[in-house]
Amino acid sequence: MSERNQAQGNPDASHSPHLSHHFATPLQQYETGKLGMWLFLVTEIVLFGGLFCAYAVYRANHPEIFVYAHKYLDVSLGALNTAVLIFSSLTMALAVRSAQLNQQKALIRFLAVTILCGFVFLAVKAVEYEHKWKHGLLWGVHYNPEKHNTESHDIGHEAKSLPDHANESSPMLPTENLHNPIPTTNEKSAIAPAADAPRGLASRFDPDLYEHIRDVPKNVQIFFGIYFVMTGLHALHVIIGMGLIGWILRRSIQGHFSAAYFTPVDLTGLYWHLVDLIWIYLFPLLYLIH
Amino acid sequence: MNDANGFMNYLNNTVLAQERGSFWLPPQASTTAADVDWVFQFIFGVSAFFFILIVTLMIIFIIRFKRREGVEPGAAPHHSMALELTWSIIPTIIVVLIFAFGFTTYMNMRIAPDNAYEINVTGQKWKWLFTYPNGHVDENLHVPVDIPVRLILTSVDVIHSLFVPAFRIKMDAVPGRYTDTWFQAKDPGEYLLFCAEYCGTSHSDMTSMVVVHKVGEFEKWMQDAANFLNTMPPAEAGTRLYKIRGCAQCHSIDGTGGHGPTFKNLFGRDVALKNGSTVAADENYIRTSILDPMADIVAGFEPVMPTYQGKLKAEEVTAIIEYIKTLREE
Amino acid sequence: MIASTTSPSTISPATNERADNYLTHKTGILSWLVTLDHKRIGVLYLISILFAFFLGGVFAILLRTELIGPGQTIMDNDTYNKIFTLHGAIMIFLFIIPGIPAALGNFILPIMLGAKDVAFPRLNLTSYYLYVIGAIFALLSILLGAADTGWTFYTPYSTSTSTSVVTIVLGAFILGFSSILTGLNFIVTIHTLRPPGMTWFRMPLFLWSLYGTAIIQVLATPVLGITLLLLIIERTLGVGFFDPGLGGDPVLYQHFFWFYSHPAVYIMILPAMGIMSELVSTFSHKHIFGYKFIAYSSLAIAILGFLVWGHHMFTSGQSSLMNMIFSLLTFSVSIPSAIKVFNWLATMYKGSITLETPMLYALSFIFLFGIGGLTGLFLGALATDVHLHDTYFVVAHFHYVMFGGTLIAFLGGLHYWWPKMIGKMYNETMGKIACLLIFVGFNATFFTQFLLGMQGMPRRYANYHEMYTPLHQISTIGSYVMAVGFVVCAAYLIHSLFRGRKAPANPWGSATLEWRCASPPPHDNFSAPPTVGDPYDMSDVRFDPQIGGYVFKTQPTP
Repeated sequence: MSERNQAQGNPDASHSPHLSHHFATPLQQYETGKLGMWLFLVTEIVLFGGLFCAYAVYRANHPEIFVYAHKYLDVSLGALNTAVLIFSSLTMALAVRSAQLNQQKALIRFLAVTILCGFVFLAVKAVEYEHKWKHGLLWGVHYNPEKHNTESHDIGHEAKSLPDHANESSPMLPTENLHNPIPTTNEKSAIAPAADAPRGLASRFDPDLYEHIRDVPKNVQIFFGIYFVMTGLHALHVIIGMGLIGWILRRSIQGHFSAAYFTPVDLTGLYWHLVDLIWIYLFPLLYLIH
Repeated sequence: MNDANGFMNYLNNTVLAQERGSFWLPPQASTTAADVDWVFQFIFGVSAFFFILIVTLMIIFIIRFKRREGVEPGAAPHHSMALELTWSIIPTIIVVLIFAFGFTTYMNMRIAPDNAYEINVTGQKWKWLFTYPNGHVDENLHVPVDIPVRLILTSVDVIHSLFVPAFRIKMDAVPGRYTDTWFQAKDPGEYLLFCAEYCGTSHSDMTSMVVVHKVGEFEKWMQDAANFLNTMPPAEAGTRLYKIRGCAQCHSIDGTGGHGPTFKNLFGRDVALKNGSTVAADENYIRTSILDPMADIVAGFEPVMPTYQGKLKAEEVTAIIEYIKTLREE
Repeated sequence: MIASTTSPSTISPATNERADNYLTHKTGILSWLVTLDHKRIGVLYLISILFAFFLGGVFAILLRTELIGPGQTIMDNDTYNKIFTLHGAIMIFLFIIPGIPAALGNFILPIMLGAKDVAFPRLNLTSYYLYVIGAIFALLSILLGAADTGWTFYTPYSTSTSTSVVTIVLGAFILGFSSILTGLNFIVTIHTLRPPGMTWFRMPLFLWSLYGTAIIQVLATPVLGITLLLLIIERTLGVGFFDPGLGGDPVLYQHFFWFYSHPAVYIMILPAMGIMSELVSTFSHKHIFGYKFIAYSSLAIAILGFLVWGHHMFTSGQSSLMNMIFSLLTFSVSIPSAIKVFNWLATMYKGSITLETPMLYALSFIFLFGIGGLTGLFLGALATDVHLHDTYFVVAHFHYVMFGGTLIAFLGGLHYWWPKMIGKMYNETMGKIACLLIFVGFNATFFTQFLLGMQGMPRRYANYHEMYTPLHQISTIGSYVMAVGFVVCAAYLIHSLFRGRKAPANPWGSATLEWRCASPPPHDNFSAPPTVGDPYDMSDVRFDPQIGGYVFKTQPTP
């Protein structure tokens, strides 16, 4: 982490104990740290940007999957988490302000509340994950929603009562065929005469035709794959952010920060705001699809 | 050429039409090859001109401006907007030209004529299967001369790429989707066909032949090839069916594992089934396994085989049985 | 060994002058392993990447030996596939991407800039250890049986093969972070640590190129990170983003991969061009021609490099419209590269050219990069690319750019800054012989591969049709000649460590800042911020036969 640099003391280089030997002034050091952090945030945005691109590609190609599958996410829990994170951003900003104003107690208090918000967020996330896990609403090969039946589209709201009565229903998606090792060569060799084959190949894979057969879109597991990867990576960032805030909290209790030196608090704050910002994009993209 | 097996002999044929090309490029055996080569020659001319210009200037400067004792370097400007713009704008114009030539020729190569003869191509580790409109499947690409042919490609496992240097065509075969390319062969003969997208162990052996038939001979070949059950001994026909009807994907012939039991030493052996019983692998057992695979599941295997009921004719089943018989070790 | 600061009292007057250099500032293995000095980190990187280069080179020789004849020569298909994967992955991720920026750049950038260190020295060391950890993972994969996917890890092959893909992909993933941190460090250093007087347009062009490189490292590498992460979870958890059997799109992987890996090509070539600008100007003993055009062209390449990734997929079945756009954009990158080449030539015009070893590498670069760049035109044009894609033509093209370009410039830079880094001169005659061997061997190896590719020889083939045999044989013999050249090069460089003549502060007559401090530089680089002038104004520099090097007339070396 770039901000660790700031702690690198070199007592004989300058009067400030926080100034590293290769900087001329504390201001230069502060600006260097800040620019480094901003660049780091840019890399984070690009990292998530890759996932947002994957999301965009799949949503553009298969909107029906997203419209169908997002109903399995609980909007109220998502909204709760959004509120929690926005509130934590506020407390983080107040913590930075307290550091700037030399208010040690307020700094400690706001940092503690921010960490607490992180825990609440993770707890809610855990509840959501557990629900998906129980119902087999997972990614790729693990997608196996056997405990559902076709009527219970509104599964998110009756989550708790579902496992009791849903066992007898049959699998509703043709996932068992997806990893079928039987090659399609058999079909190819039995291809119809030229009159209605090649150009007409498309007709055999016509999605409209498919819609008539099943009311559930194909490849729903793609949505859950995206859901888990995006929220999982985001949750990992929340955990890292909480670790950083914990470290800052410990140093604040030891009285390391003051109006003269608060760079680590400031930079951690920037990181935490980014984590919040990503969630603010994830929430509508995953939960609020129309 | 009525013996389908004889097509494999092309692979060993050392005198290929392939080798008739120039020093630079393979023969121009398709209608678009000459256009592609023209673009190639154009870029080559431009490149050669600039390369010689750069290297000549470099050598002249080294000789002319080599340091001499007591001679201070002459005064020369540090920049010149006119020069900079010259060597920015001239290359820009040239590359736009190259782009335009490349793109227009490419579009002719992409858009197949409406009346093209269509062949389905399946890439798999590590061979090509060409499926003709009448259902015949071949391991080599047979095409009539002077008729546009459109290939519709897909793959059953990883990405492959069909590459015929003499036709200047290349197109990836991607699992889960169809891609297409087309060509019109100009000269009868045999041409090499490669897999150009890395696909594992035998990638470099995933080669086939393009056989361009003379006018009138393609139809005759097609008829004979489709009729191979009548022209080949049953065991040999069974070998072909084993390769082209998908058996080889799951059933090995050398005793190694797969999704299904190996065919090696299968015939005549006692087979342990999943339900605990044992059956002798005779003609009827094999026939049942092909037409009703769920009837007898071999112990240690999953019930994943699709039925071939209605997909294989009785003679074809017989041919496969005869083939399996030949895989017994004495 | 115990780390300790050398006490002045133990130094005899004869060696006093060298007493305070970065090599002797502290001693002991530990003082190197935990050093925060950018120069020492640069040397650590240099040793590591040279080891990686040796390893990748051994694999290359094995490949060429296998290809000396059709059929099996010394290894079976599976071994061949693993070795070309290792050759590619090691050369790209462990050698050529970190090569110039992390090794030479780390050493030179702060001194050239007039700074005492990079902005974040600890981050710099972290970056080095991430490199080491990534390298260990990559090499660990060899012990686990090695991956056979090719360095591009294309899906669905990479998600279905049974070889140890995850280990090497994890290695590349970690190496990506190392690269990001180096880039981030360089950008911040250049922004905030410029001493008074060092304006943007007084920066040597090597720094401009490192700045452009760092932008790509920071903006493109995270995409590689997420791509490889998706590949890892695809293999371990079965997520199926790229698996057609689960509704995924295998070609999407290629888009993701090349969105990083094409800009990565410019991570490799841009710093090489930066070195070229230094070498051509220094050894022509003349001001660089068209400074601003060269500087801006570095940025142009960095930016345009992000827009052309789709040209790796012209035959993947992507739409003709996309192909058209990517083809057009691809040609746009060729312009800034051409501008640079013409500017280097114009720099030589009316110069006072001396042909020391670094200059020979610079001239080789113009020759080889000329071929590499111009053959790119064949691959950017759609019609010809369809024929040449995935053939030996592509192999030859990127070796001319990556090897003939980047590696040759790296060698030029290494010979150029070797006296500064080590404080010793190498044997000039041997240097010229090695350069010639490498140049001749290189052309024999790779020019033949253009011809093979035109004839349709596909790449990544362990076996080939007989008609390709003669060209393959010439290529293999060329690779042996090159190997001899590298052995000679290694021999005299190692010899110079022990027996080399002591290097003067400025052996070549350059005017950039690093030549104003001693060879090797002192621990702090500059005791006071240096006076910064035009980095290419050589009127101030004059040869002093007494010390065998150049001195600055107005400002004596500190």
